[in-house]
Amino acid sequence: MPSLNALPNTEAPGKPSAARPTLLSIRNVAKTFGRNAVLRNVSLEIAEGEFLTILGESGSGKTTLLRIIAGFETATSGELWMESARLDHQPPYRRRVNTVFQSYALFPHLTVEENVAYGLRVAKRPAAEIAQRVAEALDKVKMTAHARSKPSKISGGQQQRVALARALVNRPRLLLLDEPLSALDANLRRQMQVELKSLQREVGIAFVFVTHDQEEAMVMSDRIALLRSGELEQVATSREIYNRPATAYVAQFIGHTNLLKGEVRGGVAKSASLAWPTSLPDGSALFSLRPEHVRGAGSSPSNSAAVRVRGRVQHQAFHGATELIRVECADGLVLVVRTASPVSLHDEVELEFSAADAVPVRESPERN
Amino acid sequence: MFSRAYKTVVTVPPLVWVTAFLLAPYALMFCYSFWSVSPEQNIVHSWNLANYQELFQKAVYWQTLLRSMWIAVRVMLFSLLLGYPLAYFLSFYAGKRKDLLYQMVIIPLWVSYLVRAYAWKTILGSDGVLNTLLQYVHATRHPLDFLLYSPFAVVLTLTHIYTPFTILPIYAALEHIPRNLVEASHDLGATPAQTFWKVIFPLSIPGVVAGATFAFVLSLGDFLAPLLLGGPSGIMISNIVVSLFGAAYNWPLGAAISLGMLVIVVSLLFLSERLEKKWTFS
Amino acid sequence: MDLLMSANASTGNIPRSRWLVAHAASVFAFLYLPIAILVLYSFNGQGVGGFPPHHLTLDWYRILFNDAAIWDSVLNSLQVALAAMLISLTLGIPAALALDRAQFPGKALFRRLVLLPLILPGIITGLSLLMFAVFAGMQLSLLTVFLGHGTALISVATTELFAGLQKLDRAQEEASLDLGATPWQTFWRVTLPNLKLSLIAAGLLIFTLSMDEIAVTFFLIGRDNTLPLEIWGRLRRGITPEINAISTLIFAVSVALIVIWYRLRARTIGTQAQELLEHP
Repeated sequence: MPSLNALPNTEAPGKPSAARPTLLSIRNVAKTFGRNAVLRNVSLEIAEGEFLTILGESGSGKTTLLRIIAGFETATSGELWMESARLDHQPPYRRRVNTVFQSYALFPHLTVEENVAYGLRVAKRPAAEIAQRVAEALDKVKMTAHARSKPSKISGGQQQRVALARALVNRPRLLLLDEPLSALDANLRRQMQVELKSLQREVGIAFVFVTHDQEEAMVMSDRIALLRSGELEQVATSREIYNRPATAYVAQFIGHTNLLKGEVRGGVAKSASLAWPTSLPDGSALFSLRPEHVRGAGSSPSNSAAVRVRGRVQHQAFHGATELIRVECADGLVLVVRTASPVSLHDEVELEFSAADAVPVRESPERN
Repeated sequence: MFSRAYKTVVTVPPLVWVTAFLLAPYALMFCYSFWSVSPEQNIVHSWNLANYQELFQKAVYWQTLLRSMWIAVRVMLFSLLLGYPLAYFLSFYAGKRKDLLYQMVIIPLWVSYLVRAYAWKTILGSDGVLNTLLQYVHATRHPLDFLLYSPFAVVLTLTHIYTPFTILPIYAALEHIPRNLVEASHDLGATPAQTFWKVIFPLSIPGVVAGATFAFVLSLGDFLAPLLLGGPSGIMISNIVVSLFGAAYNWPLGAAISLGMLVIVVSLLFLSERLEKKWTFS
Repeated sequence: MDLLMSANASTGNIPRSRWLVAHAASVFAFLYLPIAILVLYSFNGQGVGGFPPHHLTLDWYRILFNDAAIWDSVLNSLQVALAAMLISLTLGIPAALALDRAQFPGKALFRRLVLLPLILPGIITGLSLLMFAVFAGMQLSLLTVFLGHGTALISVATTELFAGLQKLDRAQEEASLDLGATPWQTFWRVTLPNLKLSLIAAGLLIFTLSMDEIAVTFFLIGRDNTLPLEIWGRLRRGITPEINAISTLIFAVSVALIVIWYRLRARTIGTQAQELLEHP
């Protein structure tokens, strides 16, 4: 019995590989609006069945990139290839790509059912097939009870589900989602993140998800492509991008971090009054140190070389399970530290971190 | 935020004016329709249904009304056929020239009715531009005389005048359609043609109804074009009314016809309002 | 964000239909050709007959400028137009305010009545006012025409001003009240200035419509003619090329006025939308 499950489940998320062939190949895509270069030389390969998030601030070009894939914009230069054919030569209505719009874009004059059936009707599928596939799709997003309602009568969250069903029922090769959760309130958003993720696993279709929310990206994605001012900063799995940020921008955009500027001389990195061993060549360097890697003195396993630092608590923010505190140390160094043990303002604290946790990152130069 | 005093001050003056100069005149017209005119050309204020009997019994009134409606229907249809694609083009394909082209649509609207009707008169006459042109290029040998002083001329002129009237509400309705709906439709596999019929047109229906109503109602009540270009075969219902208030002095009968027209127009307005509501989805 | 991009974006990959462009061009031709011919023939030595026109001349314009009756009627029309503007705007402001802010029994009926003359054929408005005037013992003159135009054009004023009110930021008025101004002061210091553009736009429109008004005027006119009625009278008697000349002039003035009106109107809506589009 045909269903929404297009492809079998694959275990390992991540890069295109033999097990997970490339579905969409974005090659050197650039886009200029007038004098404004929104995308510059973006190249990316999207694997079948993966959940890839394009992450970036507003103005980074992420929505433009998505629209180019969908076909609503034409790239100024570059190519798109899907399944050994040029995708960018096709108008949007011939691409096996469907989009979930940020504002859902449900047709107000059609019922929920008719909205979901739209793509199938346009493709002139037989009525019985349409009825069955639509019923299934509605069931998957739990909107069967509202099949006969008009979009104006259902809530935002419900509209979003309908938009999802309407896109997925066509069994696209690729599903594009343009910040679909941004209009939802926090709790509903978290719930939808989980549902979307499991839906994607279930149907096995590649999802390209666009958002500016880094937490959302990390929770949902197999891989994240971080876009800044029209260029890709880093493309990696959530874990990798968090633990091994490539540049200062990535380190700061994803989660909290401490950026330590320093000089390397003969295998030793010096920053403010701190020093630790490193294998970097001589010269100036930048390191990213996550707040959770800065612990109370003496709490690290004794065999690791711990870098000691002392300071005074300047600011604390309660985050539930942990606190994020700002500690003012010698030489103007301010460290952001995540701790589970309560501290008070103006407390004197002794901290330490392992040299290995100071991850070297590249500079992120200003782009106009 | 707005006190009762404020609201009263704001509502009373226009209300008074409207009652005095709109409601009262209609009421007076209503009364006149039941009166009659004496042989000495005085209005006799005795209440009777004679006028209405005359209207229902004499064929000429019905025929003229039907002819007027037929002319109005044709004007409405041609205006829509000419106007809708232009409005669609303007809204979806005009790009940078949209503003300029929109102004070009408005300008004829506000250029004197008389000027435009007169222009057609000079073009369609047997000595006019069109006939002399056709003879000059040897397409015809004698002037075509159905061009002027016929229902054809009236329909043509009124279409010319009312097409911008239909374009505007259709354009407004089309502009209101969020463009992401069009993108969504394309995204789901519909070609531009399919998108038009399944998404754009249904959502533009309120504008179409408004434009069609304008064209129909205003054409129905028109008396200038028939007088200038209609000839004896192009007489419309309003012309009868005009003569009843002029040479064929019979104000009560004229009032009765006017009242009838008012009733027809108001009913049509109600109808179109309901149609528009039915096709509005927000 | 994507709504804005949609508004700004071209229709992407979608090809433009040639038929659509051709149709649009033909309709524009249909709308403008008759007028173009009129303008052309106003310079034609031979008057209206004959094609092609030869012997271009300014004679008809010269005759026009010496035609006293026409210029008298222009003067009358101007008086009527100004009176119409005065009446319509003075009543249109409270009417628009009432529709925007007040709730009262019969509001729906009031709204329909005020807007009725917009769509009602002029003959009905004209005739009903004629009967009213005669019943009230008034002489037909420019005064009755003032009344007629004013009444008919209130709907135009109300519509424009209502649209302007909708764009008004209610918070500004609330701020004024909060700072101690009375509603009356708020009206003069905040509401009215914000409506300035709408008022000018409405005024222009009313002026143009009044200058061109025939149907209502037809029934209410006394001895003094307005311009359209003067032309109408001459048309009934036969065509003179002088009419082409005055028509061309009317056309030129109308175009100028409407372009100004449009620019004004676009400024109120336009500036905000413009800013949005430039700085998404």
